[in-house]
Amino acid sequence: MLKSKNGMKDGLLNSVKAGPPALLELSSKITALVVDDNTLNQTIHHRLLDNLGIQNQVVGNGKEAVDVHCSGKNFDLILMDMDMPVMNGIEATRKLRTMGIRSLIAGVSARSTEKEKQEFIEAGLDDYQEKPLTTTKLASILHKVKKDG
Amino acid sequence: MERNHLPRHLVLQRQSLFDQGLLDEQFIQLEELQDDANPNFVEEVVTSYYQNTSTLIVIIEQALGTSPLDFNKLDGYMYQLKGSSSSFGAKKVKADCTLFREYCKAGNVEGCMRTFQQLKKEYASLKRKLEAYFQLARQARVTGTASRPK
Repeated sequence: MLKSKNGMKDGLLNSVKAGPPALLELSSKITALVVDDNTLNQTIHHRLLDNLGIQNQVVGNGKEAVDVHCSGKNFDLILMDMDMPVMNGIEATRKLRTMGIRSLIAGVSARSTEKEKQEFIEAGLDDYQEKPLTTTKLASILHKVKKDG
Repeated sequence: MERNHLPRHLVLQRQSLFDQGLLDEQFIQLEELQDDANPNFVEEVVTSYYQNTSTLIVIIEQALGTSPLDFNKLDGYMYQLKGSSSSFGAKKVKADCTLFREYCKAGNVEGCMRTFQQLKKEYASLKRKLEAYFQLARQARVTGTASRPK
């Protein structure tokens, strides 16, 4: 069984190891932004990423996600919720793409109709996962993250 | 304390929460995120859930007291509760949320009222059972630490 950086057994990492061997090393170099207004989801998604050694930041709505990018920060991965106050995930995704942000944006939403999902995808997503987010779903997203250098 | 080192009575108590259909796989996902640095992660998540949703329950109850019912608003509130409930694996509460939303879509007042009463019972019952489980788990961790050879 793979061991985490802390030298502890970590079943989570086995889901990550299912991909290319480089993925485990890659996850420790990836940075991520969690965009969700629900504090419970913020906690869980932050911990999911943390446990994989992924440095991550959490914001509470789409506008904060845009603002953090305007401040000069950039992330390899953005986990974007759909329903949020102030600016929802669809608007935020469109705005970030318009700004030239090329990060991998994965929509993570509890919405399940095809129409809602399609609208979100068409806003500029690279991936879409239904909540709740699990380690398997996160591993699937991480496989798509490309790291230059 | 890893799950496979839990005392038997705790293992059985935990299993009963799944056997009764109260929890689903997502709870296990959260347990996998616990380690020595975050030994109480699941309990923290559950505590946060009940803190965040208690106000929502009150809001829904108040909304159900208005006439005529605003089904769109009620559906929106229940969507939030369902999302939070599914995040930590509260299977039965989530199912009640789904049923409530179906009654909202159908404009069924009685169905909404009845389902909400059921939901409140499940919500409170799960809280009691999880609090009892976490208390035992904490005691088991302390006992386990105390009896570890030096």
